[in-house]
Amino acid sequence: MKSTASEFKKSARVALVDPDLQRAMGFIRGGFVEKRRAVVDRLPEFDALRQVARGIKEHTLQNLDFYLEAYEKRVQANGGHVHWASTPEEARDIIVGICKRAGAKRVTKGKSMVGEEMAINEALENAGFEPVETDLGEYIIQLAEEPPSHIIAPAVHKTKDQITELFHEHHARYGYTERQTEVPALVDEARQVLREKFLSADVGITGANFLVAETGSSVIVTNEGNGDLTNTLPRVHIVTAGLEKIVPTRDDVSTLLRVLARSATGQEMSVYTTFSTGPRRTDDLDGPFEYHVVLLDNGRSQMLGNEFHEMLRCIRCGACMNHCPVYQSIGGHAYGWVYVGPMGSVLTPLMVGLDSSGDLPNACTLNGRCQEVCPMGIGLPGMLRQLRRRQYQDRLTSRTSRAALAAWSFLARRPRLYRRIMGAAVATLAWLGGRRGRFRHMLLAGGWTSVRDLPAPQGASFQNQWRRRRGNSEP
Amino acid sequence: MSGARERVLANVRAALNRAGPLPDSVTRTLQGRLTRPRANLKPAIGDDPLAYFIQKLESVSGKVTRVESIDRVADVVAEHLERYALGDRVALAPDPALDGIPWSNRLMVERRAATGDDRLSVTGAYAGVAETGSLVLLSSPESPTTLNFLPDDHVIVLRESRIVTHIEDVWARMRSDKMVMPRTVNFITGPSKTADVEQTIQEGAHGPRRLHVILLAD
Repeated sequence: MKSTASEFKKSARVALVDPDLQRAMGFIRGGFVEKRRAVVDRLPEFDALRQVARGIKEHTLQNLDFYLEAYEKRVQANGGHVHWASTPEEARDIIVGICKRAGAKRVTKGKSMVGEEMAINEALENAGFEPVETDLGEYIIQLAEEPPSHIIAPAVHKTKDQITELFHEHHARYGYTERQTEVPALVDEARQVLREKFLSADVGITGANFLVAETGSSVIVTNEGNGDLTNTLPRVHIVTAGLEKIVPTRDDVSTLLRVLARSATGQEMSVYTTFSTGPRRTDDLDGPFEYHVVLLDNGRSQMLGNEFHEMLRCIRCGACMNHCPVYQSIGGHAYGWVYVGPMGSVLTPLMVGLDSSGDLPNACTLNGRCQEVCPMGIGLPGMLRQLRRRQYQDRLTSRTSRAALAAWSFLARRPRLYRRIMGAAVATLAWLGGRRGRFRHMLLAGGWTSVRDLPAPQGASFQNQWRRRRGNSEP
Repeated sequence: MSGARERVLANVRAALNRAGPLPDSVTRTLQGRLTRPRANLKPAIGDDPLAYFIQKLESVSGKVTRVESIDRVADVVAEHLERYALGDRVALAPDPALDGIPWSNRLMVERRAATGDDRLSVTGAYAGVAETGSLVLLSSPESPTTLNFLPDDHVIVLRESRIVTHIEDVWARMRSDKMVMPRTVNFITGPSKTADVEQTIQEGAHGPRRLHVILLAD
């Protein structure tokens, strides 16, 4: 998927006045946010589990080379194959190659963010295969030809009416000509249409929530069961995963599962948690004959050694975006790439490039809610601040803002001058504000005054008042 | 793509400030963590795992029927078929633990993997997890995975003695049973559901619409 993150401001402005999007985003608060709060309140050990989970991830990252190799060995011992890819291009070539060798036509897919990173659907289509998304949300946006707007609820920006129209338009060719307007009927129609695809697929591609070094297993967590039909019915199962998904043991996964489902959907346990370990065994009656894992780096090994290291603890639960006032207001598409919300504002610059990520690091009020709800305690606001600093250092910010910052820093380092100028400015503004005490228009503050008045300062500056209160003159 | 493998591992080692592979002493410690895994913190669940299991399973729309003997399983399944108008065919797992159920001769009971047309399957389970109300199914010739996902309704027969308290206890039991990981381990916690349309929860997305657990007293 090509990044349009540099268009952030423009896209955000459009999103803010899109009535359908605003209606759909309203469901997030009552859904994810409330449910998470309730389920976390019910588990007294939640914070302690969060600490343990964080420790597991840190330990793994500190020894990532060891665990990657141990994992690879176990997969091979189970009869599976591990393919390494530095870049999305390499990963795409590997997957297309496997599909070609399998003589595949139809490829079913479980939801995978790494798959989005690779833009695998486009690559499969170009190579003549028919990729079919099977997670209901992913299926909806595949029909709409849109990217996901949330990492666990990809169609969260769509209203029921929009889905009705989409299905009506695309399902007629399967004989479903009636317009379905209720949720049960919509879900059922998708079930029928996709059932046929599941049964006729040659290759199934899933993501992985975890890769287990102890056993060489890949783990997926779903509620619909689509991931399981995807990894059980076709002849070939391909798992796509980022390097950071490695976890040492099944016991460690058990701990992570407890914080993942709660943080993501507010469930104690997702409906289906599945450990896949290699291809079908000799006497098995079902299951794939081939099992492949494509391990993607795509900038992750770089992050391991720098100040964005913590980001590799991320287990992709989506809590940060659910609780972000910016995300809640504009939805995911404005972020312009695969990952959205606070975690996206950090990952997109690191994976796609800071120079093409526009204002993402600034799409944040630094209120800190994301870090507070993050099950892995990732310091997202700090990292966004770090990226802002890099933008400044790399001269990626506008000339006006650089000039303003330079002027401010000149003053801030000269306290006496700062006091004089600020004192004079405050007095002037207070005088200009007059009896109304606010401004309708203000030079250099058009962004502010276009939607609200700017209050005028009341009386003297803080420093002046402070000095007066302490009763001493200039030091 | 062995070039990519070496490149990725070299990058990882460079990021971790390592000149080469880890020293043997460290590797041994890490290896030990893999071969002798230890459970981490387990949340408290009270002192009645059976009641806890039932309560958790019911809270996620799982149905629980308790029976005294395996002979009753046939009746419970027949009632289920009738109640939801699912016809008279049963796809039964070829699991020896399910041998000897006195099926009514009005039912067509076939022991096999599932097909796309199956309305109802009956399987056993390796364990139940009280903490979450989950059923644990291990794939094998006796327990084909398709039975857990393709049919409209899934009936699972579970002995009460198979209920463990926490997820970790499933692994502990597998280790003490000397079981290697089968192709698939399924933790199933309620019927299939989705909330992808306006966050409205709808059951029966792609997997079974109903999950019915027959708890067998030991």
